[in-house]
Amino acid sequence: MASAEIRNKIFDTPSVNYLNHQKGWKSWAFTLDHKRIGIMYLIGVTAALLLAGVFALVLRSHLFSYQGAMLSDEMYNQMFTLHGAIMVFSFIIPSVPAALGNIVLPMMLGAKDVAFPRMNLASFYLWIIGTGCLFAAILSGRGLDTGWTFYTPYSIDTSSAVIFATFGAFVLGFSSIFTGLNFLVTINTMRAPGQTWFKLPLFLWSLYATSIIQVLATPVLGITLLLLIAERTMHIGIFDPTYGGDPVLFQHFFWFYSHPAVYIMILPAMGIISELISVYSQKRIFGYSFIAFSSVAIALLGFLVWGHHMFTSGQSPVVTLIFSAITFTVAIPSAVKVFNWLATLYKGSILLNTPMCYALSFIFLFGIGGLTGLFLGTLSVDIHLHDTYFVVAHFHFVMVGGTLTAFLGGLFHWWPKIFGRMYNDLMGRVGCFLVFAGFNLTFFPQFVMGSRGMPRRYASYDPEFQIFHQWSTVGAFVLGIGIVVSFVVLAYAAFRGPRCGSNPFRAASLEWQTSSPPDFHNFIHKPIMTDPYDFDSQVYDETLDTYIPRELADPAKVPPRKTPAHH
Amino acid sequence: MAVADPDNILEHDDHHHDPFIAHHFESAEQQFDSGKLGIWIFLVTEVLFFSGLFVAYTLYRIHHPEIFQQAHHFLDKNLGAMNTIVLLFSSLTMALGVHAAQNGDNKKCGIYTLITMVCAAMFLGVKAVEYSHKWDLGIFVRSTFDYAEHHPEGISPYLIKLSVIPALLLVGFIGASVFSKMTEKDLLAKFFGGMAVTVGGYFLGALVGLGFMALTAGGDAHASHEVAASPLVLQAMSIDEDEKHDEHSHEEGDHDHAGDDHAHDDHSHDGDHGHAAHGAAKEPMHRDVGTFFSIYYCMTGLHAIHIIAGIIALAWVFWRCLALHWRPDYFGPVDYVGLYWHLVDLIWIYLFPLLYLID
Amino acid sequence: MAGSNHSDHPPFNHPAPLPLLIGVFLALVFLTILTLVTSNIELAQFAFAIAMLIATAKAALVCAFFMHMFWDKGFNILFFLSSTLFVSLFIGVTLLDTGAYKESIDVFPRAAEPAKAAAPESPAE
Repeated sequence: MASAEIRNKIFDTPSVNYLNHQKGWKSWAFTLDHKRIGIMYLIGVTAALLLAGVFALVLRSHLFSYQGAMLSDEMYNQMFTLHGAIMVFSFIIPSVPAALGNIVLPMMLGAKDVAFPRMNLASFYLWIIGTGCLFAAILSGRGLDTGWTFYTPYSIDTSSAVIFATFGAFVLGFSSIFTGLNFLVTINTMRAPGQTWFKLPLFLWSLYATSIIQVLATPVLGITLLLLIAERTMHIGIFDPTYGGDPVLFQHFFWFYSHPAVYIMILPAMGIISELISVYSQKRIFGYSFIAFSSVAIALLGFLVWGHHMFTSGQSPVVTLIFSAITFTVAIPSAVKVFNWLATLYKGSILLNTPMCYALSFIFLFGIGGLTGLFLGTLSVDIHLHDTYFVVAHFHFVMVGGTLTAFLGGLFHWWPKIFGRMYNDLMGRVGCFLVFAGFNLTFFPQFVMGSRGMPRRYASYDPEFQIFHQWSTVGAFVLGIGIVVSFVVLAYAAFRGPRCGSNPFRAASLEWQTSSPPDFHNFIHKPIMTDPYDFDSQVYDETLDTYIPRELADPAKVPPRKTPAHH
Repeated sequence: MAVADPDNILEHDDHHHDPFIAHHFESAEQQFDSGKLGIWIFLVTEVLFFSGLFVAYTLYRIHHPEIFQQAHHFLDKNLGAMNTIVLLFSSLTMALGVHAAQNGDNKKCGIYTLITMVCAAMFLGVKAVEYSHKWDLGIFVRSTFDYAEHHPEGISPYLIKLSVIPALLLVGFIGASVFSKMTEKDLLAKFFGGMAVTVGGYFLGALVGLGFMALTAGGDAHASHEVAASPLVLQAMSIDEDEKHDEHSHEEGDHDHAGDDHAHDDHSHDGDHGHAAHGAAKEPMHRDVGTFFSIYYCMTGLHAIHIIAGIIALAWVFWRCLALHWRPDYFGPVDYVGLYWHLVDLIWIYLFPLLYLID
Repeated sequence: MAGSNHSDHPPFNHPAPLPLLIGVFLALVFLTILTLVTSNIELAQFAFAIAMLIATAKAALVCAFFMHMFWDKGFNILFFLSSTLFVSLFIGVTLLDTGAYKESIDVFPRAAEPAKAAAPESPAE
């Protein structure tokens, strides 16, 4: 058994770690370390989130009065387009996988790095270039007013900077492919000895499923955007009806990527929730294999439902019917997850700290977002609700109430691991409450006005909707404050927070078996393969003031096992 | 598990590591397997990248078979077949190169890689002749398609423009090779020499393509033998002339009317060869032929970009052959570039019958 | 899976036999000529199917031997071949759909001939 000296060496906060073993901007800009790349991604996506969030606040302020308060109609179009494009391509898609996933994935596998570190860095720089192109679209003065979907034929005719923006999205697509490819290979070939597929934390299953989508769907976005650029510059007549092209075909192309992309956005979030619910209930996750396979099922079913975005586009009735039917099947694996999370909570010893508050918010908000998706998948109902605020509210409940909430929850969960410092839990929970309350205030009224016929993307509207819009605007500011509070709490913790031990939450997955912050090589000992949901495998060590694996603890002080190690 | 003893404290002194095995891999085999899976996944993304074009192709071919019937007469299938064989041969030499690398034979691997690159450049040379010939005849994408039957004399100005960059590269590589030789950097001299030979392949391909077209046209500079031979197209061409007059007199033509006619044609004459041309009397066929060429240029153009990327990747392999990097337990990069190269070949295997052999 | 103690492992390079590679090449050339010949014969609706069949045979040869699929890990092959499934899904569904509204595109007013009239105001990109 390990001596106290070895325990200290392994688990005590090291003076030299990945954050400070090299100094200077070059050691960051050219780093191949997945943790540093993850942190750079984290800073990048957070900046994108805040910027696109400001656009959202401008939009909401404009809509405070029914005539439109501050923007010209053109400016309004550009504002919602840029809000959507930056949020989707620069924030949500890379948020969980490329930022959080990058940091924890290799550690969860007991590996030193991802399989292709240089490709990982290239992915980050492609993200910079792609986001830069989206910004160039703004700075060129012509903006972008097509909506994030770039639908033809408008995107061929408009005078706004479509080529800049589509090229940006094209490059961001490659960034996303690189991440996905890297993760697939890493999970396949670099698992620790003894770590079978069913000993993987569920976060990795969800990242694996996400990566499959990234690899299979994103190239189609690439070719779609290239064809759009060719159509715009040369009028090749594939999408442009004035040259015999088929504009609905563009929608098929676009949604063949973008519907699966919706699952790129939500699946990693579901993975985070699986981790949080289990750790903060201190209870083995209920239905491990069901959650694992439901991720894969969602990824594959996601490829079969793209036409439900096109019910009113002139799509043929047969295809519409098929897509509508398959859309309902996606509810099954999603519900499997939700029920398993709830079952995990049952009789767990629940700790209501910040990450858990976010996790519970997720379940509530995703529940609403997911169920309203079924309304939209129903043909007759969708004819009424299509392109109304009901749709806007639905996907914000999934994307913000789901992904953003899980992203924040994941940040609070892994923050002590990443920086070795603890945040102020009370302030964290205040931020979480503001996010939750502000979010509901923003988007719940949108369900109401959507079902009453308020169309989306309108710069001015009928006075009868004004009261809903005003609630929504107030809510948006509360939500904005909540997000800022959360990031301030995190940023303060990263620099000034009290030191925390290697495993303050008694989590059992491998990334907690190293010091916080970790060594440059992630582990200075061979991690001990335990079941990631067997929390009794971690025992409290007084001298280190943290939880460490049973096998490494002082034998005199090891408490007896409460639960069997294996089921 | 004897995990807790000091033996399990890992030492991260990387200097004892093999220079060709990255620090984060446990073994050469793990590294190879990772790379192999990675490249297969990359090939999947490539297949899906091209899939969009195959979708566009399938849709327009099924909905407008008459356009494809007419359009493919502008393509020379013998030249296409020859290019196919050039590419297949390059695939063979690539496979032989991988074989050599697997046995650690760097010299053979270098030779085979060089042959592969030359074949790739030859393919591009032939393609340049094909493209420039079409542009001479006004065969562009849908919006700018403006076919005019005439007999281009001499070497196409488009071909000369296309050859400017290869010519500069050729001069540059020869210069760099000679300079390296003089400064006694033998490895670099060999590398640049190989690259000069590669670019030479482009000109060889262009010459072969020009010669081939001159031959099939029976000494006539006008090379679209197929087009001339086809009564169907001749008829369409004469109609094309009529149509031009027509367009002049009806500059503000009633487009709705034209569209109706077109729709009518589609219903009555779908897939009916003789009548498709006849139907052209009411509607200028050359407009829709342009859609075929939009797809043709997108597909072959994207394929050509992949060939160029392949040459760059092969040049890297070639350099490492010269540096004697490959050994039986480290040949991954040759294998990966090889797989990519075979995929480029695979795509052409489908493009050839789809574009050239429509009957 | 992390492969430890590589010294015990059998070598992972599997050079393909040379005569096989050359034989595959000759078969590919033969098939290319065959497809060229069949394209000159009037085969009506079968022509396309035959051309695709020959192309697929060629593709299979390249995959199996040039790309070493014959010796490769099952997972790699599965992953690569699954891409064709997604491509056929993509082609199949769009085809099923676009046929239904083809007419409305065919009657859409076309742009004036660009050779004579200027192309529609092209945005300055």
